[in-house]
Amino acid sequence: MEYTYTRSVGPVIDRFFSGLADRKIQGIKGSDGKVIVPPTEYDPYTGETLSEFVDVADAGTVTTWAWVTDPRPGQPLQKPFAWALVQLDGADTAMLHAVDAGDESRMSTGMRVKVHWCDEPVADLAAIEYFEPEAS
Amino acid sequence: MRDIAVVATAQSPAIRKEERRNEVEILMPVVHDLRKRAGLKQEDIGFTVSGSCDYLQGQAFAFVTALDAIGPWPPIDESHVEMDGAWALYEAWTRLQYGDIDTALVYSFGKSSPGDIRRILSLQLDPYYLVPLWPDTVAMAALQARALLESDGVTEKDLAEVVSRSRKNAKDNPNAQLSGDVDVDTLLKEPMYLSPLRKHDCPPITDGAAAVILAADDRARELTDRPAWIRGIDHRIEPHSLGVRNLADSPSTRTAGEKAGVGNGNVDVAELHAPFSHQEIILKRALGLGDNVNVNPSGGALASNGVMVAGLQRIIEAADRIMAGQADRAVAHATSGPALQQNLVAVLEGEK
Repeated sequence: MEYTYTRSVGPVIDRFFSGLADRKIQGIKGSDGKVIVPPTEYDPYTGETLSEFVDVADAGTVTTWAWVTDPRPGQPLQKPFAWALVQLDGADTAMLHAVDAGDESRMSTGMRVKVHWCDEPVADLAAIEYFEPEAS
Repeated sequence: MRDIAVVATAQSPAIRKEERRNEVEILMPVVHDLRKRAGLKQEDIGFTVSGSCDYLQGQAFAFVTALDAIGPWPPIDESHVEMDGAWALYEAWTRLQYGDIDTALVYSFGKSSPGDIRRILSLQLDPYYLVPLWPDTVAMAALQARALLESDGVTEKDLAEVVSRSRKNAKDNPNAQLSGDVDVDTLLKEPMYLSPLRKHDCPPITDGAAAVILAADDRARELTDRPAWIRGIDHRIEPHSLGVRNLADSPSTRTAGEKAGVGNGNVDVAELHAPFSHQEIILKRALGLGDNVNVNPSGGALASNGVMVAGLQRIIEAADRIMAGQADRAVAHATSGPALQQNLVAVLEGEK
C-alpha cells in the first residue's frame, strides 16, 4: 500500500535541512528581530510569516540540560548522555539535542558545545548526530 | 454569560496496571455511578463530550468504542477532544453557553500501562525537529526542572517537599495510587533518575477514568444542593519549541489565571495538574497562590496520573470540596503538552 501524495516540509524547514547537508546552520529572524534556531515558518508569538534567514555558528552554549543514564530506543546516543538546550552563537533561542559528554560531571549550564556532524551529507536533522563539549 | 456549575462527579480508583478490563470497562462503572448520582439518564443529557487519546489504544477513532457504550442511540449531540478531559469540560461549558440545553456529560479515560507512555507521548512533538530525536516526557520535564533550579532560590529540597506533601495528602484520597508518609531527607537520599529529577519527582503510570455532569442556572440548583459554579475558565498555549520558551516560568498559566479571575478573591483550595514536582512550584507562582492556599489536597498528579484524566480530576477534586462545603472558592488547573506547554485554569465557587 502506498499514499497517493508526497509530503513537503515547506520552504523554511526545507532550506534549513538543505543547509545541514552542507554543514551550514541557518536561523530565521522573528517578528522582534531575534534569530530563531531551528527556524520556523511563522513567528511563535505573533504568527507572522517569516522569511529572513541568518547563518549561525555550529557551536554554542548550553542553557539547560538533563542527564540520561538509560537511553531509550531511537534517541541520538545509546550510552549515557545529556539532553540539552543549546543556544548557537548568533541565535537568540535554543535548540534541543543530545550532548556526548561521557560523564555527568562534565556537564554544566553555560558550557560550550559544538555540533558533531554526520560523515555523510544528509538533508535532514540526522546531519547533526549530537553535540560534544568544545575543546578548551 | 450563563452560570454553569459542576453538579456531580465520579472517578475510578487509580490503577498502576489494569490487567483485565479494557478502557471502556474501566470507564463505564464511572459513568453509571455519575448518572446515578446526578439522577439523570443519558436521554436527559443535552451534550456529551469526551477527552481521550487514540494513541494509547493505538487505533484511529478508538474513542468511538467508549461512545458506543455511553449510549449514542437515539442519536445524541456529542463531541470528542484528543486532549485531557479538562478541555472536554471547556467545550461543554462553551456549548452550554449557547443556551438551548441545560446539562452536559464530560468524561475521560486513559489506559497508559500497555504501551511505553514516554515514547507514545513523543509523538505529540514537532515531527521534523523533535520526533527524530525521541525526546521523552521525563527528559523534557528534567530540562525544565534544571532551568527552575538554576533560575533562583528553588532547591532540590523544595521539590522533595512537594512530593512529601503529595504523598501525605493522598492518604486521604481513596482513589490515589501513591500515598504515605515519606520525609524529605529520605527522598533526597534517593538516586537520580533523569538528573535533576529523581523517580519520585515524576508521576506514576496510571490507568483510570473520570466524569462530570455540568448544568446551567436553575437546572444546577435542581440537581444538587450546592453546585460548584464555574466563575471563570480560560486556557492558553505557549510555543511548541522548548528553546523559545522561558521554562522556569509559565506565562500561559499566568494569563489563563488572570482571565479566569483567580486573583479576584480568596482561594481556599487549588488543585494543580503538576505531573512533575517542580511544576507545582512554577504553577503556584504563576497563579500568585500564597502559602495559605491548600494546594493539591488530593495528592495531585504525583499521586495518580491517568493520561487524559488527571486534568479533569483536578476540576473534580476542586468541585467536590465546594459541593461538600469544605471550600467556598477553589482553583483548578490542567496542563497538556511538553513541560507545561498548554494550561487551563478554572475558578469554582459555592454559593454563600
